[in-house]
Amino acid sequence: MKFTKEHEWLRLDGDLVTVGITEHAAEALGDVVFVELPETETQVAAGDEVSVIESVKAASDILAPVEGEIVEVNTALADNPGLVNEDPLGAAWFFRIRIADSSVLDAFMSEDEYKEMIG
Amino acid sequence: MTDLLHLPLHALHVAAGAKMVPFAGYEMPVQYPAGVMAEHLHTRKAAGLFDVSHMGQVVLRPKGTMQDLGLGLERLMPVDVLSLAQGRQRYGIFTSETGGILDDLMFANRGGDYFLVVNAARKAHDFAHLAEHLADVAEIEVQQDRALLALQGPQAEEAFARLVPGARGMRFMDVAGFDTVFGPLWVSRSGYTGEDGFEISVPAAGAEGLARALLDMEEVLPIGLGARDSLRLEAGLCLYGHDIDETTSPVEAGLTWAIQKPRRAGGARAGGFPGESRILKELDEGPDRQRVGLRPEGRAPMREGVELFSEDGTPLGAITSGGFGPSVQAPVAMGYVPTAFAAPGTRIEAELRGKRLAAVVAATPFHPTHYKR
Repeated sequence: MKFTKEHEWLRLDGDLVTVGITEHAAEALGDVVFVELPETETQVAAGDEVSVIESVKAASDILAPVEGEIVEVNTALADNPGLVNEDPLGAAWFFRIRIADSSVLDAFMSEDEYKEMIG
Repeated sequence: MTDLLHLPLHALHVAAGAKMVPFAGYEMPVQYPAGVMAEHLHTRKAAGLFDVSHMGQVVLRPKGTMQDLGLGLERLMPVDVLSLAQGRQRYGIFTSETGGILDDLMFANRGGDYFLVVNAARKAHDFAHLAEHLADVAEIEVQQDRALLALQGPQAEEAFARLVPGARGMRFMDVAGFDTVFGPLWVSRSGYTGEDGFEISVPAAGAEGLARALLDMEEVLPIGLGARDSLRLEAGLCLYGHDIDETTSPVEAGLTWAIQKPRRAGGARAGGFPGESRILKELDEGPDRQRVGLRPEGRAPMREGVELFSEDGTPLGAITSGGFGPSVQAPVAMGYVPTAFAAPGTRIEAELRGKRLAAVVAATPFHPTHYKR
C-alpha cells in the first residue's frame, strides 16, 4: 500500500489502483455524512478533484492521485457514508483507476514514510 | 497572531481530550473524543454539558426604579420588558437605527436587577451600547468573574437536581438563584438546543467543581461547539453573525414572536425603539424576504453561503446556516428567500459545486423541541 501527502492510500492490483483515505484522515474529518463519487469511464489527471467527502464539520476534496480512467466506484459509500469512519482502509474504498504504467506509484510514500509525516 | 484567551474550564477541556479551536477570541472546545455526531445524539437522549463561558454576562442595577430601567431597555429593543415578571427570562433583540439586529440576547428580571446574557462575538459592542444608552438608569456591572455552563437534554433535570434540588421546580424560562458549595449560582431553565435544560452562571472559582460534579454523573457528557451548532440548527434557532446580523430585520428573520403586542402599532408602548419605522412597516405589510428552513432533497449538506435559486433560475438568496442534522438523519439548512418563495413545501434549488440541486422550504424546528413549559 502507498500513501499520498493528501492522506489517501493507494493499492495496486494489476493495472488497477484502488484509492481510499487513511485512518488519520478519517479521524481528522470526523463523522462522514456524505460522499460524492466520480462518474465511471472518465479520464482523470493527477490532482483532479474527483470526489467530495463531507463530514459534520466541513467538505473536503478527494484528488485523483494518478492519471488514468475511473473504472469503478464504491456505491456503498453513497448509501452509508459512515463506512469511511468504520473501515477507512477496507470497505470504504472510493474508486478504482486503470493506469498505464504502474511505476507511477513509486513516487508515493510507504506506510513508514506516511506515519513519519503525520507524526 | 493575537493571543487567544483561556476560560476557567480550559484545563478541564484539555484533560477531557477536547479539540480546542479559536472562537470569538477564546480557545474553545469544538469537540471531544466522542465526536460531533455522538455528542449531538447524547444530548438529545441523555444530558450534555456545554461550556459557554465566552458569552457576555452583565447585571443592570437600577439607579432609580426597575420600571425606569425596564423602559430604558425598551428604548433599545422592540420587546416588552415591563411585563416580564420577577423570576422570568425573555428573549430580546438589540435593533439598529436601520432596523437590523445588533445582537440577540436573553434578559431576566431578578427583582432587584436585570441579568443579561449576550453573544461572545458581540459582547464588547453590547457593553458599550448599554453604557452609551442606559447610563442614566442603570449601573452596568459586567460579570468578568463568572463562568457559564449549559446542561441540556431530557436527563438534565435529573442530573442537576442531585446538586441543586430546588431546580426541579423551575419551568421553561424561569430564573432563580441558589447558594451552593460552588458559590451562588444564577440558573435559568433554558438553552439553545431545543431540549429541556439549564443555563448556569457560576463564580469562576466554583466552575470546575460544578463541571466535574456534573461530568461525574453517568448521563452527562461534555459537548463541544460543533454539536452545539448542529443542535441549535435542528431546533431552528438563529446564530448571530450567520442567520441574523445588522442587515436582517427581526421581521425578516421570523422573530416577530419576540415583538410583543405592547410594542406594535396600536400597543400601549408602540414603537420607541431603534429601527421602528422599518420594523413596524414590515410587521404591517410583511417583509420582502424571510428566513426559512430548507430540506435538501439529496444527502449532500448545504452550508452557509450556498446560493439559492428558483426552479426557473432566478437568484433568490443564500443559505445562512446549514449542515447535517444528526437527529433528523439528513441535511438541514436555513436561509433567506423572497416572501413569495417562503411557504413550506416550495421547491427551490441550491448551487453546490457548480450543480443545481433541489431543496424544499420546510417549517422549523426540524426536530421537535422538548421544553418544560
